[in-house]
Formats: sequence, C-alpha cells, structure tokens
Amino acid sequence: MAEKLRLLWQFVRRLSGDDAYERYLKHYATHHHSDNSPPLGKKAYFKHRMEAKWSGINRCC
Amino acid sequence: MEQLRFTPFLIPMNKSFTIPLLWLLVAITGAAAVGGIALNRGESINALWFIIAALCCYALAYRFYAAWIASTVLMVDETRATPAERLENGHDFIPTDRWVVFGHHFAAIAGPGPLVGPTLAAQFGFLPGTLWILVGAVLGGCVQDMVTLFFSTRRNGKSLGQMARDELGIIGGVAALIGTFTIMVILIAVLGLVVVNAMKHSPWATFTVSATLPIAMLVGIYMRHLRPGQVLEASTVGVLLLLVAVAGGGWVDGNPIRAWFDMDGLSLAWCIMAYGLAAAVMPVWLLLAPRDYLSTFMKLGTISLLAIAIVCLHPDIKMPAITPFIDGSGPIFGGKLFPFVFITIACGAISGFHSLVASGTTPKLLANERDIRMIGYGAMLLESFVAIMAMIAATVLDPGVFFAINSPAGMVGAEAAQAVAKITAWGFPVSVGQMQLLAQQMGEATLFARTGGAPSLAVGMASIFGSVFGESLLALWYHFAIMFEAIFILTTLDAGTRVGRFMLQDMLGNIWPKMADTSWTPSVLITSTVVVACWGYFLYIGVIDPNGGVNILWPLFGIANQMLAAIALCVATGILVKSGRLSYAWITAAPLTWLIIVTGTAAYEKLTSPDLRVGFFAAAHDLSEKLAAGLLPAAKAAIAPQLIFNLYLDAYLTLFFVTVLLLVVLDMLKVSVNSLLGRPVQPLSEVAHTPNHMTEQQLAQWGRD
Repeated sequence: MAEKLRLLWQFVRRLSGDDAYERYLKHYATHHHSDNSPPLGKKAYFKHRMEAKWSGINRCC
Repeated sequence: MEQLRFTPFLIPMNKSFTIPLLWLLVAITGAAAVGGIALNRGESINALWFIIAALCCYALAYRFYAAWIASTVLMVDETRATPAERLENGHDFIPTDRWVVFGHHFAAIAGPGPLVGPTLAAQFGFLPGTLWILVGAVLGGCVQDMVTLFFSTRRNGKSLGQMARDELGIIGGVAALIGTFTIMVILIAVLGLVVVNAMKHSPWATFTVSATLPIAMLVGIYMRHLRPGQVLEASTVGVLLLLVAVAGGGWVDGNPIRAWFDMDGLSLAWCIMAYGLAAAVMPVWLLLAPRDYLSTFMKLGTISLLAIAIVCLHPDIKMPAITPFIDGSGPIFGGKLFPFVFITIACGAISGFHSLVASGTTPKLLANERDIRMIGYGAMLLESFVAIMAMIAATVLDPGVFFAINSPAGMVGAEAAQAVAKITAWGFPVSVGQMQLLAQQMGEATLFARTGGAPSLAVGMASIFGSVFGESLLALWYHFAIMFEAIFILTTLDAGTRVGRFMLQDMLGNIWPKMADTSWTPSVLITSTVVVACWGYFLYIGVIDPNGGVNILWPLFGIANQMLAAIALCVATGILVKSGRLSYAWITAAPLTWLIIVTGTAAYEKLTSPDLRVGFFAAAHDLSEKLAAGLLPAAKAAIAPQLIFNLYLDAYLTLFFVTVLLLVVLDMLKVSVNSLLGRPVQPLSEVAHTPNHMTEQQLAQWGRD
C-alpha cells in the first residue's frame, strides 16, 4: 500500500513537472558529465524552462 | 530512404482468446449505448449512457484505428531517433517522459472551447452534438492531431506553416499564417464575450474572477523567487486561495461594497481589453505561467469531479434528442442543423488550432516515435471527453431553463414575462418563479439572457455537484464553475494576445528588422496594442449587439477553426500522396472532404441566406433599410451604423476564409496529381533516418516501462 502511494505520488510529481529539476540533474549527470560547465541552478533552470515554454504557440481554444 | 515497418509493440500478439473476447464485449456495449442514445425517443435517458458510449468508442478507436494508422499508414518507427534525441540542446529539444509530454500537450490543446461549443449546440437537442463529438473526434480531430504531430516530428518539429510551405508551396504557408492570426483574434473576442456575459451585473462572479489575478501573481512570485520550481506546493496554495476567493465573492455580494463589482457589459469589456494589454506586456512568470498551472489543475480536478458526480448521480437528460430548432430557427444561434452543428462544435470534435500545438512544442519533446499515438490521438480523445461532459451538463437542465439562460434579449424580449411566454410557446415550459428561484439559489440577480454558454454550464454543473455534495452550496458551486471557466478563458486570452504579438512582430520585422526584437519595448507596446485593438473591436461589437454577439461571433470562429483544420489535413494528405501512400490517404482526405463540405456550406449560407439571423448581407441590408426609414428605436438607431459595418466586415472575412481554403485545397490537389503523374513536385522534407541510440535503460529514465 505504502509502495503504491509512493508510486502515485511520484506519478503526480512527474506529471505536474514538480520533479523536473531532479530529472534534469540526473539527465545532466548521465549525458553531459564531460561538459565543462556545471548544471544550471534550480532557479535558473526553471527560468529557462518557462521561457522556452512560452515562446511559441502553446495554448488553444 | 529506409523505412522500417514496426508493429509488434502496437499490436501485441496474444494467443489467448480472452482479450479479443473482451474487445468484442466493449464493442457490443458501445454499440448498445450509442444505439440507445440515438434511437431513444420520448422517454428520458440516463447520462451514464453517454459516458459508456464515449468510453467504448474511444477505447475501440484508440486500440484499433489509431494503432493501425500508427503502424500501417504512418509506419511509426521506434528505432528512429526523434528530433529531441538528435538535436537535444537542453532548452527546446529535450527528450521528455511521455506522461509529461501528454500533460503539456493536453494542457495546451484543451481550453474553454470544448465547454462552450457543446453547450451552444445543445439547442438542437442532445443527439446531433453528441454524435458529432464522438465521430468527429475519432475519425477527424484525433487523426489530424496525430498525423500532424508525426509529420512535424519527422521534420525536426517544423510548424504547420513551414510544412505547408515546404510540401505544398507558398500559398499554403501564407494561408496557414494569416489563418492562424485571424482565428486568434476572433477566438479571443468570442471568449472575452463569454466572460463578460458571465460577469455582467454579477458582483460575486466579478469579484471572484478579479481575485484570480492577484492570486496568480502570488503563485508566480512564489514559484519564481520564494521556492523556485516547487510546482505542486505553489499550485496547492493557489488552488486553496481560489476556493477562498469563490467563498469571498459570496461575502462581497452581501456587503455594500458589492456596488464596486456590479458592472454592465460595456465597462467589463473595457476592463478586459485593458487587462489583455497589461497581461501581454507583463513578464510571463508573473501572471501567465502561474495561472496556466492553476487552470490546468482546476480543469483536471473539476472534470474528474464532474465525471465522478455524473457516475454517482447518474442524472436523467431532460433535453429532447432533437428539438424543432434544427430547422434553423434556434434562439441561441441561427442556422439549420446542417452545417451549423459541425461549425458550432469545433473543439471537442476537430479543431484546427491543435495542429499548431502538434507542430510546435510537442514534437520537440518526444523521446520516441512510439509515443505519438498516445500523445496525438490520446490527448484529443480526452478533450473530446470534456466536450461530452459539457454536453451532459447542458442537457440535464430543464430545456425551458436552458433556453431562458441562453437566449439573447433581442430574440425573446427583455422582460422576464415576455421571455418566459415565448420560450413556453416553443414547447419548453418555464416560469418566471422558477427562474427567480434558480437565480436566487445560484446567488445571482437574474439568469435571463446570460448568453455565451458559461452561465448555463455553471448552472448545470452546480446542479450536478449540488445533488451529490449538498444542495445548500449551490451558489458556491455555481460561482466555482464560473471561476473555473473564466480562469481558462483569461489564460487563452493572454496567451493568444502574446502569440498574436509574436506573429505581428515577426511580420513587421520583414519591413523593419528592429520590430522583430521581442524584447524591444516600443515594438512590444505597439504590436500588443494592435492585437488587443483587433479582438477588442469584435468584443465591443459583440457586447453592444442586442442579439447577443455570440450568435455572430461563434459561427465565425467555428468556420475559421475548421478552415485551419482543413489546411492541416491538406498538408497531411499531400504528404501521404507524395510519399506513395495514396491508398491510405483517405484517413485524412475523408475528414478533409467533410470539412470542405461543412465550412463551404456554412460560409455560403452566411453570405447568401435571406434569413436575417444567418445571412450577413441580408441582415446588413435589412438594418440599413430600417435605419433609413426611421423604424428603429432610438437606442438601436444609435448603434446601427456600427452593427451594419460589422456585418459587412464579417461577410468579407467569411469570404476570405473560404477563398484561402479553396486555394490551399487546389494547391494540394495540384501537388498530388503532379506527384501521381510523376511530374516534379517539391521533394519531401522529411529528415533522413538516424538510428535511435537511446538504450532501453535510458528510455526507462524518461519514464518508460
């Protein structure tokens, strides 16, 4: 039961983008470890994401 | 170019007979439910049948039709690297978990459209709208979304306009661009009108909707500065505050300060224009982004709650299957069942706007092509389900009440007794006392002539929620539903104004490059003002028009939106033919043909019908003659010149839409015929196959099971 609740919580977090930064760090560690620049900070990451999201058409009727 | 045919993951081989049997059961149940709805006459039918019919249709279509399109027609290839993998750059191309993409895509395509359209179309009875929502989505809307997403993914996430230009030619590209801008303007105007009509002389609604602005800003500051990225935390705070605002509106309504929030339509329209301008210039993080989060959570929460409530309560549908208004005499909007039901319900069945999202952000996020069916087809099915809910909420009301709320004063008369007598004479009995009691229960001064669909949907939702969760809270539920709709509409309004601004800046940038700088304040101010002025004009006319404005604007929006869908389907059909898949091209050519017939007929009627409530020219001539003969009352004579101008403008706009559509269709036919005859055509712009390097383990990291 506790395991199921944990999975549900994980799913809600993933769907809502709550865990986006954690996923970004994980992804960074596996894909960009050879880059010289460190990963973005949490605030900068979300700023980046928001700008990317709202620069095109992403709303309709 | 090598194309792998890959089916096993879509159609799992199953040796046992239980699974086919289960699907057979789903098919029989679905057929029984649809048949029950369609053939039922005279006796009341339960709302549960609508849900069952919809779910069975969706399940079958997703499992068989969508899977077949993905595997056989599109040849979705899971071994092919997606643009997100090949071009990954950390900001716009990012391989993303399919559930997250699904969430983004659904949030982007689902606005207030599927709530408003079915409510208006309920004037024909529950049957025509419901069947169109089901059939239109399964064979039209979902297919359009899925193939556009697929073709855009194969072209590095190119936009519909670019694809139209590359695959068909310059006409298609320009048509898509201009079409998008015009639709945006009309869409925002009509949505603005819906909010104005919901808030008109309602201090409670006006207070609650105004309170959503500071709440969204608070959430924005929280997410940006206080606790960056704590989406769930901030959204929970925001949703709780929104609920407080709904209750607070009730307090304001019973307090002398209610006068501040008691506004007429025109003042509200000016407020919305001022707001639209402010919101377009403000930074996104402060208002738009946080409100988008809130509206998405609200939508998912409220729709799930509505589904649960309908299942628990299983209310009877009170609207007849088909009303006499199919002859075109309907009070909500003029025009016969064909073609106007197909124009009125665009979002929820097929919406051209979706092709812009499906060829914008979404294809840049896909981690694997096999997600295309779930995201393209699946998200549209969910939107269609929202439309079914709206249809149920509208048709559980007493038809008399439904028509009393939705008929404009210009149609039934401004006096309550007059309106009630007229609606009862149509065969939908309703009394002044009944309407007064209802208005009192909902905490409103009056519910007569609250056109636009939002108030009647809110009454329907409130009565469903009220029966399940407590009758005493009716007024709270009503204003909750109004707030729920307003929050979407305002989000669409801001986002649309911003998109319009970007498009305009882009176009002006061709003349004076400096204008294309999206962070140059003078350019931002000028283009935002122009966009707001465009939709503000239609909103203003809609508010002063005694026939309710919705009657004119909504069909215009429907025609424009279906035209964009037809452009998207033209692009898809052209690509299918060019890539040697002529025998499968009917999957997009069939809905395209239907849309050409529907939009063509609707536009023809809008231009030539002698019915004053349908034909733009007829109405303009009639009004001019009456004005010249001095037959109009003083108040109407004062606005008549503006109304006449607007009727001509709408007529030419309709003519323009049809011309654009015909040009694109001819372009597509020319390209297809040339391709079939082996003559040179624009080459396919599909990006060459690159093998997918993501291992199963990496894919699992993006949330695959």
